Amino acid sequence: MTEQPHLAVIGAGPAGLAATVAAASHGVRVTLIDSAPEAGGQFYRQPAAELRARRPQALHHEWRTWERLRDGLRTHVQAGAVRHFTDHHVWYVDRRDTRFTVHALFGPEQEEPVEVRADAVLLATGGYEKVLPFPGWTLPGVVTAGGAQAMLKGTLAVSGRTAVVAGTGPLLLPVATGLAAAGVEVAALVESADPKDFVRRTRALAAQPGKVAEGAQYAAQLLRHRVRTLVHHTVVEAHGAERLEAVTVAALDADGRVRPGTERRIPCDTLAVGHGMLPHTDLAETLGCRLDGLDVHVDDEQRTDVPGVWAAGETTGIGGSALSLAEGHIAGRSAAARLHGTEPDPGEWAAAAKSRSRLRAFFAAIDSVYAPPAHWTEQITDDTVVCRCEEVTGGAIREAVGELGAGDARTVKLLTRAGMGWCQGRVCGPAVAGLAGCELTPSRRPFARPVPLGVLAAAGEPEDD
Amino acid sequence: MRSPLELADARPGPAFTVTLDGREIEALPGQTVAAALWTAGVTSWRTTRGEGRPRGIFCGIGVCFDCLVTVNDRPNQRACLVPLHPGDTIRTQEGTGHDD
Amino acid sequence: MVGAACALYAARAGLDVILVDRGPVAGGTTGAGEGNLLVSDKEPGPELDLALLSGRLWADLAGELGEAVEYEAKGGVVVASSPGGLAALERFAEEQRTAGVVARTVVGDELYDLEPHLAPGLPGAVHYPQDCQVMPALAAAHLVRASGARLLTGRTVTDVLLTPDGAVRGVRTDQGDIHTPVVVNAAGTWGSELAALAGTRLPVLPRRGFVLVTEPLPRMVRHKVYAADYVADVASDSAALQTSPVVEGTAAGPVLIGASRERVGFDRSFSLPVVRSLAAGATRLFPFLSDVRAMRAYLGFRPYMPDHLPAIGPDPRVPGLHHACGHEGAGIGLATGTGHLIAQALTAKAPDLDLSPFRPDRFPVAEESA
Repeated sequence: MTEQPHLAVIGAGPAGLAATVAAASHGVRVTLIDSAPEAGGQFYRQPAAELRARRPQALHHEWRTWERLRDGLRTHVQAGAVRHFTDHHVWYVDRRDTRFTVHALFGPEQEEPVEVRADAVLLATGGYEKVLPFPGWTLPGVVTAGGAQAMLKGTLAVSGRTAVVAGTGPLLLPVATGLAAAGVEVAALVESADPKDFVRRTRALAAQPGKVAEGAQYAAQLLRHRVRTLVHHTVVEAHGAERLEAVTVAALDADGRVRPGTERRIPCDTLAVGHGMLPHTDLAETLGCRLDGLDVHVDDEQRTDVPGVWAAGETTGIGGSALSLAEGHIAGRSAAARLHGTEPDPGEWAAAAKSRSRLRAFFAAIDSVYAPPAHWTEQITDDTVVCRCEEVTGGAIREAVGELGAGDARTVKLLTRAGMGWCQGRVCGPAVAGLAGCELTPSRRPFARPVPLGVLAAAGEPEDD
Repeated sequence: MRSPLELADARPGPAFTVTLDGREIEALPGQTVAAALWTAGVTSWRTTRGEGRPRGIFCGIGVCFDCLVTVNDRPNQRACLVPLHPGDTIRTQEGTGHDD
Repeated sequence: MVGAACALYAARAGLDVILVDRGPVAGGTTGAGEGNLLVSDKEPGPELDLALLSGRLWADLAGELGEAVEYEAKGGVVVASSPGGLAALERFAEEQRTAGVVARTVVGDELYDLEPHLAPGLPGAVHYPQDCQVMPALAAAHLVRASGARLLTGRTVTDVLLTPDGAVRGVRTDQGDIHTPVVVNAAGTWGSELAALAGTRLPVLPRRGFVLVTEPLPRMVRHKVYAADYVADVASDSAALQTSPVVEGTAAGPVLIGASRERVGFDRSFSLPVVRSLAAGATRLFPFLSDVRAMRAYLGFRPYMPDHLPAIGPDPRVPGLHHACGHEGAGIGLATGTGHLIAQALTAKAPDLDLSPFRPDRFPVAEESA
C-alpha cells in the first residue's frame, strides 16, 4: 500500500493519454492499461517499433499534439508516476465498494491473466466502426475504412493496388488520402451524404475554423491524387468469387434510394467501407454505469453515475480526437482532485471545457449531415450474410421478424443466432436492429472480450493482503 | 509505385521466413500475421464453419474476429493482432479451428 | 415456453386462443434457458411423471418441428466424483427405473466412450438416454406459430376482470380489454404478480441462474454432462448460492455451462464469483475447457416454488383462472405435458395425470407470505 491514490486508466488513445498526464501531474499514481503495443489509440496508432519508421508523421495529422502527449507520458513513466501496460486486453472491471480490480489478458494471444487493483477507474475505451451490410461485403478485400487505416498506420501494409473508399462520415477522407499517399490507386471516394445537407448546416460547421481548414487540406490531397469523389452515391454490391474484384456503385435519389440506371461497375481489389463509429461501452455497462442511448453518460467533470468511475473520449459519444483530448484532460483533473478528497475547481480546466462544448456542437452538426442512405436495409438481399460470425442471412432475420414474432434485436438474436458469435454482435448489431425496425440499443456483454475458462476459473480470487 | 514502407521511411531489420500451410513467406520484424500475408498477396486465411466461405481482415483492430487463423498450432488467433517471429507456422483455419 | 405449449395444445383441442405477453416471444426465462428436457434429475413422484409425459409429447412434436427447434435426443450423463458417490447415484437410478426411467451405469472405458474428453480417473456415471434438448427460444416461437393462436406481444396485462360473483371474464391490458371466460396464467417467474391481479396468491419466487457460453467447438461434449451434486442443488430450498457443473455441447457449436442457483430477487447484475465457480466446475469435469474461451455469460430467473412443483390446473379460488407456472428450472422440458394437461382441464377431459399435487391452492397462507 502506498499513500498516493491510484487511478487505472483504460485505453491509451487521446482521451486516456490526456487523462493520464493530467492526473499524474496532480499527484495521482496512474496505471495506463492499453491493448496496443504502443500508445496512441486508433487515431495516433504507431507503426510497430521493429519497423523502424523514421517518418511516421507521414501517416498522421496533428503530429505535434501527439508528440506532446507522447513526451508527457514518457516523462511521467520515467518519474515513476505512471505505469504503462501495453498489450493488456481488459475483459472485465470488478467493483467492490470503493475498490476496483481491472482484469486483463496479457499478450497478443490473450491468455495470461493480469489483475490491477485501483481506487478509481477512468474508461477511455474509444470506439469502433459501424458497417452496414450489402451483398458481397464478406468477400476478402472488403475491409472497414478504419481497418484499412489501422493496417496502414500500424503495420505499413495495404491489401491491394486499387481501392474504393465508401460509406459515409469524416473518416473516409483521411483513409482515401492515406491510401493514395501510400501508393494505392484510389479509384473512387463514394460518400452517401447529400451535399445539400452540408449547405444547410454551413454555420455550425464553419464555427470550427480548424476543421474547415482540415477539410480543405483533404480536398486538396484528393485532387492531387486525382481521386474521383462521388457524393450522394452508395455501394450497391461487391463482386468476386473468392476475393473482391469490383464494386457496383449507384447514385441516390432525394429519398435516399438507389436511383435505377445510375449503377456503374468499378474494378478494384480493396473496398474500404464505413458508416460512422460506435462507442465501446461494455466495461461501463457491466460496472452499472448509466448509458444515454449508446454513449456512457457523464457529468461536467466526466464522472459516470457510478462512484469512482470516470469516462472520456468516444466511449461517451463519438466526437474525434480533439474532443477526446479535452474530455480526457477534464476527467484526469477531476479524478485527481476527488481522489485527494478535494472538490475540483472547474475554473482550472475552463479552456478544455470551452473547446469541449464547441466540439460537441460541431460533431452534432457533422452527425446530422453524414448519414447512410435512408433506405439502406433495402440493399440487404435475403441471401446477404448479415451476421458475419454465425452466417445469418437477411432472409433468416426477416423470417424471424415477420413470421416468428421477433420485434426486437434480442429476440432476433435468440431465434437466428445473429450476434451470438465471436464478435458478440458488435458488427451486425446496427444491421439487425435496422432489419427488426428498432433502434440500436447497447447489448449486455459482461466479458468485454473472450476469456479462457481456465483464467475465469481463478479470476479475482481473494487478495493476499 | 510508392509503398507504405517508403512513405514512412521504414528501415526494418532483415526479413525472415515463416510458413503458410507449408509454403514459405517472407515477413519483416514488427509485422503482424495479417500484414505479412497482405504483403505476400494473400487476403484470406480462414473458411467459415457454416458455408466454408473465405475470410480475412475486416476491422483490422481486433473487434470483428473475422481474421481468425491458426498460428503455431493455436487456433483462433486474430491475424491483425499477433506479431510474427522467425519460423512461425501459420495454417489456414477451417471451421471452429479445433480438431474433432 | 409454457404459454406457447398451452396455446398449442388448447388450440389443437379446438379452443380459440389469444396469447398475450408484455415482452417478445421467449422474452422471460425461456430466452435465458438451456432447453433441458430431463428425467435424470428427478426423483420418482409427480414431477417425474410429468417429465415422462412431456418427453413423449416432445418426441411427437419433434416429428413436425424437430429440426426447427433443434430437438436432440442426446442423453444425459450424471458423473460421480467418488466411489461412494457412484453408489448413491446407482441407488437413485434404481428408484427412477421403477418409475419408467431408462438409466444405465457406465464405468471405465464405457464412460470414456460416451464422453472421451472427461477428466481421467472418474469412478463412473449413470447414462440417461431419455434426456433431450431443444433450443428454447426457437421452440417457443415455433410452437406459437404452429398453434395458430393470435399473438399479442408488447402488451401488458394490467388487471384480471372478474364478474360480480368473482369469476374470470377477461383481462385488461395497456392496449384494451380482452373478454374471455378462461385465463391461463403462464407468466412463469412473474406468475405471482398475475395471480395477484386476479385477487389470489401463488408463491412463485425468482431463483437466479447464470449460464456461460463458449466459443464454437466441434462436438467435444456429446451429452448433457453434470456432476452428481446437481440433483441435490436442484432439490435444495436454500436461498444461498449453489453451483454444480452442468456442461453440454449444442448443435450450433458453443458449449453451455451451468448451473447456479441463488435467491437474490430480480437482481440483474453480473457476479464474478458465480461465473468463476461455474468455470471452475466445468474445467474440473472437462480439463480441455481450460483453454477454451467463454464468449459471454447471461442470467435468468427460474420460477421457484417452495415445494419445487409447478402450479398446474384450475384455481378453485377464482373460477375460470388456470395456472401453468412455477416450473423452476424445468419449464422447457415440462412445457408440453403442462400444456396438454391444461388443454384437458379446459375441455373437461379426464387428465392423463393426477393434478392434485400441482393444485395452485396447496400452499398454506403462512408459507405463502414467507
